[in-house]
Amino acid sequence: MDLDAKIPSGSLKDKWDKARFELKLVNPSNKRDHKLIIVGSGLAGASAAASLAELGYDIECFCFQDSPRRAHSIAAQGGINAAKNYQNDGDSVYRLFYDTIKGGDYRSREANVYRLAQVSVNIIDQCVAQGVPFAREYGGALANRSFGGAQVSRTFYARGQTGQQLLLGAYSALNRQIDRGKIKMHPRTEMLDLVVVDGHARGIITRDLVTGEIRRFAADAVLLATGGYANVFCLSTNAKTCNVTATYRAYKRGAGFANPCFTQIHPTCIPVSGDYQSKLTLMSESLRNDGRVWVPRNKADIGKPAKSIPEEDRYYYLEERYPSFGNLVPRDVASRAAKKVCDAGYSISKSGEAVYLDFAEAIGRDGQKAIADRYGNLFEMYERITGDNPYQTPMRIYPAAHYTMGGLWVDYNLMSSIPGLHVLGEANFSDHGANRLGASALMQGLADGYFVIPYTIGHYIATQYQGELSTEHPAFARAEAEVRERQRKLLDIGAKSTKAGAERKSVDYFHRKLGKIMWEHCGMARSASGLEQALAKIPDLREQFWRQAYVPGGADELNPWLEKAGRVADFLEFAEIMCHDALYRDESCGGHFREEHQTEEGEAVRNDEDFAHGAVWEYQGVGIKPKLHTEHLEFENVKLTTRSYK
Amino acid sequence: MDIKLKIWRQPGPDQAGFFEDHRVEADPHMSFLEMLDVLNEQLLVAGKDPVAFDHDCREGICGACSMVIDGHPHGPRAGTTTCQLHMREYHDGAEITIEPWRASAFPIIKDLVVDRSAFDRIQQAGGYVSVGTGSAPDANTIPIGKRELDEAFDYAACIGCGACVAACPNASSMLFVASKVAHLSLLPQGKVERKHRARKLVAAMDAEGFGSCTNHGECSASCPKSISVDAIALLNREFIRAGLARD
Ligand SMILES: Cc1cc2nc3c(=O)[nH]c(=O)nc-3n(C[C@H](O)[C@H](O)[C@H](O)COP(=O)(O)OP(=O)(O)OC[C@H]3O[C@@H](n4cnc5c(N)ncnc54)[C@H](O)[C@@H]3O)c2cc1C
Ligand code: FES
Repeated sequence: MDLDAKIPSGSLKDKWDKARFELKLVNPSNKRDHKLIIVGSGLAGASAAASLAELGYDIECFCFQDSPRRAHSIAAQGGINAAKNYQNDGDSVYRLFYDTIKGGDYRSREANVYRLAQVSVNIIDQCVAQGVPFAREYGGALANRSFGGAQVSRTFYARGQTGQQLLLGAYSALNRQIDRGKIKMHPRTEMLDLVVVDGHARGIITRDLVTGEIRRFAADAVLLATGGYANVFCLSTNAKTCNVTATYRAYKRGAGFANPCFTQIHPTCIPVSGDYQSKLTLMSESLRNDGRVWVPRNKADIGKPAKSIPEEDRYYYLEERYPSFGNLVPRDVASRAAKKVCDAGYSISKSGEAVYLDFAEAIGRDGQKAIADRYGNLFEMYERITGDNPYQTPMRIYPAAHYTMGGLWVDYNLMSSIPGLHVLGEANFSDHGANRLGASALMQGLADGYFVIPYTIGHYIATQYQGELSTEHPAFARAEAEVRERQRKLLDIGAKSTKAGAERKSVDYFHRKLGKIMWEHCGMARSASGLEQALAKIPDLREQFWRQAYVPGGADELNPWLEKAGRVADFLEFAEIMCHDALYRDESCGGHFREEHQTEEGEAVRNDEDFAHGAVWEYQGVGIKPKLHTEHLEFENVKLTTRSYK
Repeated sequence: MDIKLKIWRQPGPDQAGFFEDHRVEADPHMSFLEMLDVLNEQLLVAGKDPVAFDHDCREGICGACSMVIDGHPHGPRAGTTTCQLHMREYHDGAEITIEPWRASAFPIIKDLVVDRSAFDRIQQAGGYVSVGTGSAPDANTIPIGKRELDEAFDYAACIGCGACVAACPNASSMLFVASKVAHLSLLPQGKVERKHRARKLVAAMDAEGFGSCTNHGECSASCPKSISVDAIALLNREFIRAGLARD
C-alpha cells in the first residue's frame, strides 16, 4: 500500500501556497466533461459539491436522508474555530495550528493541520456571506467564545445551533447549483459499494431507499464525505442513521483505514436512563465555561439532594486536579476523570455513571438572565429530556461516544490509497490525531469541502484521468451482484431462522450487544486483556447475527430494517478492526487510553519512539487480522511534549 | 405505564391505509420515539411488520420526525418535536392516535413516512444568497446589529419538518417559505436578491400544489421552533416590493 502523504516541501507556512501552485489545473471549459460522485451532503459533502459545481464539474451527489438538510452535521451545537483574532487576545494561525496538534496529542500531520488553521479564516467569511447568523456584539461585530481546551476566544457560534446554521448555509449553496442544473442530487439513496476499475475508484452501487432499485453510477472520481462511525458503540451522540458502511466498503475494496481506534468520548452528555435508551444527547461543551463539575467527597452523601451538600464536601475534581485549565480541560481528560471518580464509587446515580455539572455559582454571579441568554436552549433541552430544571438543580452528565478521529487514510490532497477515491470531513483521518478539540470538526469539514478539494481534485483529473467508462464494465456487474447477494442473505436470515424454530431477534438486539462489548473494552479505557476478550466475542456475535437477526419486509420497498441490518452487519466486522488497532497501539494518547500506560495520577503516557505514526490497516478478509502499514509522522515545527493541563 | 395506540398503517403510496390498534408497556422517562421502538421490537419478535417512521437526530434539530399525535403535529407540547416528546406527558392508560402528515404535496410513502421533497425544490428555486466559494469579503466588513441578527435568526431556525403544512387547514406552506425569505431579507447579505427570491420561492410553492394561506395561524402554533406568523406578513410585504401583487 502506497502511503506517500505527498506533503509539499518548504517551510510550514509556504506549503499550501506551494501546493496550490504545483497542483495541475483542469482547463475551465473541460471541467463540465468530468463527472464527480460525491457521497454525503453534510458539511463536508455539501460544501464540496457546491464549490466543485461552481468550478464547472458535473456533480452527482448522494445522501440517505430524505433531504441534504438533515445530515448529521445539523446537530452540532457549540461552534466553529477560526484564527481570526478578532478579539485581539493573542490568537494566530500558528497558535490554532499549535493547539490543534497538541490537542490531538501529536498524532496528526503538521502540514495538514497548518493548512486547516490557514483556511479557517476563509470559512467564516464564506459562511457569513451566505447568511449564516453567527452571534454578534451590540456594535455589530462578530462575537467569539472560548471552547474546551483553548485559552483564546476563537470560536464562532450561532446560538446553540451552529451546525444547523452552517449546514443550512452549505445546503443553500448546494441548492443554488442544483437550480443551475450543475448538481444532480439523489436523496434517500444509499451507497452500498465502491467500484474500482484498473486500480482507480470509478463508481458506486446504490440502493434507492424508497423503491429498492439497485443502480450503478460511473464517474471520473469518487468523493466520500460520509461522516463518522461512533454508532459502533450503539449508544452515542450521533444521529441514529450514522454508520460506517461507505468507508468500510471502500476499505474492503482496498482503501487503507487509519487509526480506527481513535474515538472521542464527549464528557458532557445526558446519562443513560434505561434499557430502552436509543441515543445519548450531548450537552454542549460550552456549558463547561460556566458549569462546575463535581461529585460528593464522601460516599455517605451520595443520594442526598445536591443543594444539601455543603461546599467543602463537594469534590470539584477537575478544578483540583487541573488548576490552570479547571473545568475546561480537553474532552479526553475530562471524560477519563469522570470515569475515574465514578469507578471509585462516587457516581451520583444508581447506574454508577453520572456526575454533576452545576451552574449555581454562575447564576449567582451573572444572574439567571445572563445564563439563560448563553445556554437557554440547552437548559430547555435538558429539562425536556430529564424532567429536571437545571436552573434549580445541577445537571447530571456522563461521557458518551461522540466523534471518530480515525477514518480512511488520505494524503495531503485528501486522496485515499485508492487513486481517485477522495475522502472528506469526519470520514477521513487526517487532522485531529488522537483527540479532537471542540469546534474543530465543523472547521475541518468545511475546510475540506470549500477550500481544499476544489484545488486537489483538479490535480487528480489533470494527471490521472482514466478515460470514459460505461457502467456495463464487468467491475460494475460484479459489485452489483455482490450487493444483491448480500441483501438477499440479510432478508433470508429471518425466514430461515423461523423455519428452524429459533426465536426471532431484532437487528437492534445485536447492535446493542455489540455496543456493550465496544463500550466496555474499546471505550474510555482499554487494556490488552479487555481487547482480546472483545476480539473473541465479536466474531461469535457476528455469527449469531447471520443466524438469527430477523429482517422484516422485502427488498423492493422502503425498508428501514433492511437498511439498518446492512449497517449493523458492517459494524460487526468493522468493530474487530478497531480492537486490533487499539491492541496494536501499545501506548496511551489522546482519547486512546491504554490502562497499561498511565502515570501514577492516571494521566496518559505516550510512546513517541514506537508510535509516532498513523496505523493504517489493509483488508485481508472477514475475521482475518488486517495487514498493518504505517505512516511515520515528522514533527519539524512543534516539540513533542507531554500534554499538561495542570 | 400501559399505553394504547391507534396507528396509521399504509403499506405503500398507492395502497389503502387503515388504523391499527396496539398496546405498549412504556416508562415515563422514555421518549415518544423510544416508546415506538419498543412497539416495533414487540412486532418484530412476533413476526409482524413494524411501523415505519422518519427520524434521525432525536434531539429536535434535523426535522426528520413527523407525526400527527392526537390531531396535533408533533403532539401536545408547544415548541417540541415528536422526538423530544417524553412519555411523562402522558398518564397510565392513555390512548394515543398517531397519523402521518397529511397534505397532497406530501404524499405518503409508507405508514408514517411522507415525501417532503417539495420543500427542497422550493429552496432550490432561490432560497440562497448567490455567493461563490472564495468570493466573500472579510466577515466583519458588514456590521449587523444584534437586534436585526436575532430577528433573522428566529426565522433561520426553521428545521424544515413540515408541521406548518400538516397543521394548516389548507395545507399551505406559507410559513416555511416566509421563514426563508425573512431570514435572508433581514440580513444585509440577502438584501440584494430579495425581490427575485420572494418571487421565485412563491412561484415554486404554488407549483408544488400547496394550499393558499388564509391566516389561520395554526402553522405557527404547531411549529416546533415557534416561528412567528409575522414571517408571513413580512413575505407579503416582500412580495409587494417585488412588484407583483398576489391574486
Ligand atoms: C451532537 C453533536 C454536536 C457536535 N457539535 C460540534 C461542534 O459544536 N463543533 C464542531 O466542530 N463539531 C461538532 N460536532 C461534530 C461535527 O458535527 C461532525 O463531525 C461533522 O458535522 C461531520 O460532518 P460530515 O460532513 O463529515 O458528516 P455528516 O454531517 O455526518 O454527513 C454525512 C453525510 O453522508 C451521507 N452518507 C453517509 N453514508 C452514506 C451512504 N452509504 N450512502 C449515501 N450517503 C451516505 C449522509 O446522508 C450525510 O449526508 C458535533 C457532533 C455531534 C454528534
Ligand atoms: S428526529 Fe431530528 S428533529 Fe426529530
